[in-house]
Amino acid sequence: MGRYVIRRLLQMVPVFIGTTLLIFVMVWGLGDPVAAMFGDRTPDPATAAQIRLEYHLNDPLLQQYWIYMKGVFSGDFGKAWNQQPVTDLLKTAYPVTLRLTVVAFLIEAIIGVALGVFAGLRRGRFFDTGVLAMTLIVVSIPTFVTGFVLQYFFGVKWSIVHPSVGEGAPFKDLIMPGLVLAGVSLAYVARLTRTSVAENTRADYLRTAVAKGLPRRRVITNHMLRNSLIPVVTFLGTDIGNLMAGALVTERIFNIHGVGYQIYQGIVHNSPATVVGFVTVLVIVFLLANLLVDLLYAVLDPRIRYA
Amino acid sequence: MRGAKSAKWVVGAAVIALAATACSSSDDSDSKDKAKASGSSSDGIVRAWWGDPQNPLEPANTNEVQGGKVLDMIFMNLKEYDATGKPNLEAADSITTTDQQNFTIKIKPGLQFSDGTPVTSSSFVDAWNYGALVTNKQLNAYFFADIDGYAAVHPSDDPGAKPTAKTMSGLKVVDDTTFTVKLSQKFSTWPDRLGYKAFAPLPKEFFDNHAAYLAKPIGDGPYMIESYTKGSSMKLVPNPKYTGPSKPKNKGVLLKVYTSSDTAYADLQSGQLDVLDDIPAADLPHVKEDLGGRYLNSPAGIIQTFSFPMYEKAWSKEGMDKVRLGISMAIDRKTITDKIFGGTRTPANDLTSPVLGATGGYSDTLAGDSVKFDKVKAKQLIEEGGGIPGGQMKLGYNADSGSHKEWVDAVCNSINNTLGNNKACVGAPTGTFADFRNQITKGQMTQPFRSGWQMDYPLIDDFITPLYATGGSSNDSKYTNKDVDNLIKQANAEPDKAKSIALYQQAEKQVIKDMPVVPLWYQNGQAGWSSKVSNVKENAFSYPIFTDITVN
Repeated sequence: MGRYVIRRLLQMVPVFIGTTLLIFVMVWGLGDPVAAMFGDRTPDPATAAQIRLEYHLNDPLLQQYWIYMKGVFSGDFGKAWNQQPVTDLLKTAYPVTLRLTVVAFLIEAIIGVALGVFAGLRRGRFFDTGVLAMTLIVVSIPTFVTGFVLQYFFGVKWSIVHPSVGEGAPFKDLIMPGLVLAGVSLAYVARLTRTSVAENTRADYLRTAVAKGLPRRRVITNHMLRNSLIPVVTFLGTDIGNLMAGALVTERIFNIHGVGYQIYQGIVHNSPATVVGFVTVLVIVFLLANLLVDLLYAVLDPRIRYA
Repeated sequence: MRGAKSAKWVVGAAVIALAATACSSSDDSDSKDKAKASGSSSDGIVRAWWGDPQNPLEPANTNEVQGGKVLDMIFMNLKEYDATGKPNLEAADSITTTDQQNFTIKIKPGLQFSDGTPVTSSSFVDAWNYGALVTNKQLNAYFFADIDGYAAVHPSDDPGAKPTAKTMSGLKVVDDTTFTVKLSQKFSTWPDRLGYKAFAPLPKEFFDNHAAYLAKPIGDGPYMIESYTKGSSMKLVPNPKYTGPSKPKNKGVLLKVYTSSDTAYADLQSGQLDVLDDIPAADLPHVKEDLGGRYLNSPAGIIQTFSFPMYEKAWSKEGMDKVRLGISMAIDRKTITDKIFGGTRTPANDLTSPVLGATGGYSDTLAGDSVKFDKVKAKQLIEEGGGIPGGQMKLGYNADSGSHKEWVDAVCNSINNTLGNNKACVGAPTGTFADFRNQITKGQMTQPFRSGWQMDYPLIDDFITPLYATGGSSNDSKYTNKDVDNLIKQANAEPDKAKSIALYQQAEKQVIKDMPVVPLWYQNGQAGWSSKVSNVKENAFSYPIFTDITVN
């Protein structure tokens, strides 16, 4: 299994290079950013030339990429247009988004699985139908609508919570955005768990466990859940990356200065260093989350082996 | 047992994942400062909306509103513009000249920066030399272009040219409180420009320890920066060393960066924010009820236009002046500003802005009939001039920001209605602002395109010279007319201010007649505020006048 992990880690290298190059080309394709720095005014050619020189904009694309990658491997992600090192931006933005992700992930995992298990065990009854109907509604409403509506009612109208997240993103402020961000995934988790649980209730090994006279709690947690959770864990794992990337909308609505905000700023100001830097880290998160999921299978189901 | 063994590997991978993704757990020392910074209104602090400045906070490198807002609070220039846009002496004791070309500037004695270092004539001379030097890459370098010796520090014809000097020969320090400026040509209203923040003085620290300065800029203005967390907030408190006339009437200002103005609006309504000068378009119809009248909406120094590519034969040949005029008269400005902009734009009557005031050169009649909606006359003019080139005009705009699509479509509808042809005018979006500006700068536009001007200082020359003089720094339509150039030159040399303004207006009249651009509307400054503060007003640049705001 050690070998398997190392092989997977090595596989990340070409994926990493491929994605960064792709993003680099795409941001570069947005055009020369220097003209926009001068607003509605025609850039002074001498100043513009100096700026182009500083950001290597006159070099061919591949050479720019090479210069950039050389920097990345020595820990220098370049500078955003406001001269802030991108590493500084990464350091301030990622912990904030990570907090939001953790909150959303916990909400999604705990509430989602709990709803799914209860619904699955009471298949066809009132609670089950209720969960199915509710999740259908959640899935069909776009995040920004839920976001604005919750913000308006809970934040502005009833003043139960702050409509925006304060500086440093304290956990209590993150509950509402976390709920909004988790919403759609939560619905998927609940449905996945429900189906999986409902199927497994009729499995032979469960009947055996019940026949052995095991207490109901042990039957459910040790036997049923462990098997039912495999598809759910797959989903949850890949969703970590989705949550971090998908925070773009939620972060904007709730004034969270995280990854989504920085990527948005990077695109608005045409700053390749910012966008590529942030997306690069996101790519790593995706890759590692996928690896974790694959490894978790073996924990849940010992029959799955890696070589 | 198999499961347990695998678990070990999972934990291992998890550790790698955390190390790679978390970068660092947020530093706790920082979060304490942050908690302190985000105080509530009860402590006399005004909490105001802010956008992240695009550039580092250097005076000569800041050309957008959000950075300008801060510079306005932390700097006192030789002159300062009051709420009506009038330039008054502040840091300067006197600015004198006998020939409109050589100026002697005396600074008030005893002025200090907020760090305690004195404000001397070198503070200005060094700052201006720094701003002009091409290798410092300052976006506002061209502001120093009138000073003698600029060409040596900022060779502009050839982008690859190296500067031959580090300082401008036109600037000379006489003693600690006196310096002289020699301009490259006569320019009587030049001292009135000195209120623009590019001309701010800089303390020694700026040159000695640039990084420290950028982390916490130091000025000589009414406020000083107490703490600055890049990208999220800045706390300003009254500067005890400030001796100027606009002493703050509050205990400080907390500028909070918002990811969107919709969120800021929600915060304003729930009492988490006190001043918001960017009301979201969607909330305009009900802003007055929401805020109980705590809302202002008045013209700012911004005019919106669209320009014709005068370098394109199709748009500049004989007879096209009639077509251009006809197009202008085919636009129903009043209805568009009401319906699309909810009254936050004012139909334009000239090429300047109402903030200048009548004495400053604004006129509500100068453009006359050429901006009045007149279907019959418009159609007649366009037909007389030979019709729209190619039978269709494509009005260019950038689609990535603002509500450009809405008004462009409305303008085109108005033109189409007038001509009774629903294909006479269509909108032509360009993806990004950068791309859009690139095409304009390179003179690649073949069709009319959106343009606009935000003033640098409330003077009529700023609305005319850069935009309509031959080779002007923002003459996007590449318009050229010898009469206009001559009038501008005469106006610059004219020592009498009223006469100088009259000359600029004469030039303006000629531009309107030629109509290389169609004046559309003036953009208004807006602000909404909470019940915790009063006396919220905006200056000519549409910044809230923070020093006057009182906390209830």
